[in-house]
Amino acid sequence: MDFLTIIQLLDSTVRLATPLLLACLAGLFSERAGIFDIGLEGKMLMAAFFSATVAAVTGNVWLGLLAGIGSSLVLAGLHGVASITFRGNQLISGVAINFLAAGMTVLIAQDWFQQGGRTPSLFSGGRFTPIDLPSAENVSGVPVLGPIYSELLSGHSILVYIAFLAVPATWWVLFRTRFGLRLRAVGENPAAVDTAGVSVVGLRYAAVMICGLLCGIAGAYLATALQAGFVKDMTAGRGFIALAALIFAKWRPWHAMGACLLFGLLQAVALRFQNIELGGITIPVQAMDALPYVLTVVILAGFVGRAIPPRAGGEPYVKER
Amino acid sequence: MTAPAIELKGISKAFGPVQANKDISISVAPGTIHGIIGENGAGKSTLMSILYGFYKADKGQVWIKGQRTAIPDSQAAIAAGIGMVFQHFKLVENFTVLENIVLGAEDSGMLMPSLRRARKELKALEEEYELFVDPDARIDEIGVGMQQRVEILKALYRKAEILILDEPTGVLTPSEADQLFRILDRLRAEGKTIILITHKLREIMEYTDTVSVMRRGEMTATVKTAETSPEHLAELMVGRKVLLRVDKVPARPGAPILEIENLRVVDEVGVERVKGIDLTVRAGEIVGIAGVAGNGQSELLEVLGGMRAGSGSIKLHGTSLPLEGSGADASARRLAHIGHVPEDRQREGLIMDFHAWENVAFGYHRDPAYNSGLLMDNAALRADTAAKMEKFDVRPPDPWLAAKSFSGGNQQKIVVAREIERNPELLLIGQPTRGVDIGAIEFIHKQIVALRDQGKAILLVSVELEEILSLADRVAVMFDGMIMGERPADQTDEKELGLLMAGVAGEAA
Repeated sequence: MDFLTIIQLLDSTVRLATPLLLACLAGLFSERAGIFDIGLEGKMLMAAFFSATVAAVTGNVWLGLLAGIGSSLVLAGLHGVASITFRGNQLISGVAINFLAAGMTVLIAQDWFQQGGRTPSLFSGGRFTPIDLPSAENVSGVPVLGPIYSELLSGHSILVYIAFLAVPATWWVLFRTRFGLRLRAVGENPAAVDTAGVSVVGLRYAAVMICGLLCGIAGAYLATALQAGFVKDMTAGRGFIALAALIFAKWRPWHAMGACLLFGLLQAVALRFQNIELGGITIPVQAMDALPYVLTVVILAGFVGRAIPPRAGGEPYVKER
Repeated sequence: MTAPAIELKGISKAFGPVQANKDISISVAPGTIHGIIGENGAGKSTLMSILYGFYKADKGQVWIKGQRTAIPDSQAAIAAGIGMVFQHFKLVENFTVLENIVLGAEDSGMLMPSLRRARKELKALEEEYELFVDPDARIDEIGVGMQQRVEILKALYRKAEILILDEPTGVLTPSEADQLFRILDRLRAEGKTIILITHKLREIMEYTDTVSVMRRGEMTATVKTAETSPEHLAELMVGRKVLLRVDKVPARPGAPILEIENLRVVDEVGVERVKGIDLTVRAGEIVGIAGVAGNGQSELLEVLGGMRAGSGSIKLHGTSLPLEGSGADASARRLAHIGHVPEDRQREGLIMDFHAWENVAFGYHRDPAYNSGLLMDNAALRADTAAKMEKFDVRPPDPWLAAKSFSGGNQQKIVVAREIERNPELLLIGQPTRGVDIGAIEFIHKQIVALRDQGKAILLVSVELEEILSLADRVAVMFDGMIMGERPADQTDEKELGLLMAGVAGEAA
């Protein structure tokens, strides 16, 4: 494998890791506050659909992004009402959101566009275009560092940079701000937060909404940057892979980035090497495509050591009688 | 005369049909320790939770330092200078001491400046009140005594003038409890007002200035501690005369029933919880295992009860019992005539949503008396339950009631009745009176002694030293998975046992 192939592989790793990373950080905020969210998938899907739709209709990708975020926030609010205000089961609420999104997106797409559950393909203006970092062209001739800068770091859409900047931002918010301290506390022991005179409900809603925001960006990225339009079930389990990455990362932002890059790499490998010859045996393309999902199962089966989730995760907060 | 630090006027609070507080009025003088005593469910904690803004009162007023004050939430209580140390600490376990103290009382949106200031402030507080803790230790790495100090510091950091402590000594060793009361004395000397909620008469008598007694949601009396006696307070609490001492004749131990040799238990995460225990329990005696919670007593009981695997040897009547595999489960133990009242009745002793009669069947559901052919004979089972309930004075005596509808004392009576009425050769009994009111404690203790007097062996595990000392004939103290020493109950005292519980070895046992 030559150097340029590796760079290209890593380049596509970054692109493919971006939606995972956004969803993973979304889950991190929610779960750190004690609200389990298996509805990441549904929120991303809904955001992908609405961002593609609005971008196609208006021709403005930024309006598309806003629509995607808005739709994801609505679902996040639904999850909040069900699991915080009405103290429902968080898993069931998440499942409901996934089904709702899977069905509604295709139904509305078919009703509005009659293209078999797709949205019209997006052209320039309706998509996020690659940004060239300063003087990327000029240095591309420099050995080793040149391609790394011009191919790997430069030439991504703005959302990719936002996703990777969200990692230090998340770390900073969690560990260096009052809000972060309270957020982490409410996921571990909400009674401690309540008796300290801080609103458990308010904190949890804030966390769920941040989760919605990030899922919205992730979904918009899928439909308007990674691809050019919405197709049925285009999230393809990314929301669940992001959850696996979150567990793998033990709910820590930097580790989340590492985990998402690993999953991204596997997806990139699967895309690039569709048929690998290993000692005379051809590994079928399906096996390659299954790699990220296989890793998900391996991780969730606990091969990565014990991951301790936030202690109050999944439990609605009720003042004890 | 100065205004009372706290005055409650006509507080009432109902949870559904249950009237937890009925028209309660109380006045606490500043700079005093005021005790509130009452049985479980008497409404003490509810009253204090109202004062701390955790619950809202249906009726009534709160006056603080002569000012009428509304306390809609904990924030308002903190602002009014009230701090509370809950029975179950409200600490974030994987945070440091410092982070826990700062939580909710940060100076600004940025965390670091708050932490820096808190560190300085904490140092001053520690020195002022001799409340030393390591600010960078994680809560799950320090003992409960330390955790309690963190709770007190949390309140002081928020400038609390009035400190409420709910059952503060329940989880402490006697020496930790002594330290706590020294701290409280010092706080009182600095002019703080302290409300101490407890069900332990001794603490009330030794440390409080005045005491209020609650019974069934009502305040039955407020008296000066110096002018009352434990017997009088107990009578006020229960509403009738109570025997505080366990009435029993000296034990006449017979042949060994249970012989434990070199018993070891390793838990799920690979930590050795019981480290080679030797212990014998004879017919007609009660052996008490004392110790601070979490020193291997629970695991010991669970192995003996067949709920956990171990290694070493246990013999019943000289016959070895398996410690692992299929013959070592709870049903095999019951067939071997070992009764087991587990430590946590709500998790292991009962299924809370099931009827009383179903709960009475558990563990004995294969008994021919409860079965007819392939089906269970539910009518026979219900009749049996009704009989047990009557004999053990379970109130209300209704087999159709769900376990969760009974009070703690009556739940425990159901479990104890189920196990004792089987007439076991060996009874394992863990925390028999945890969360049980005085009247029921008296009854359960009587039943245990009666079983002993029939020549049965009893192994009692309790974190309540008073209970061990009054009920057991012989006391073994566990610390860190080992037995630190054994003493005849009538030749030892709380002080000696307290040292053993803290891991200070006595002379060879």
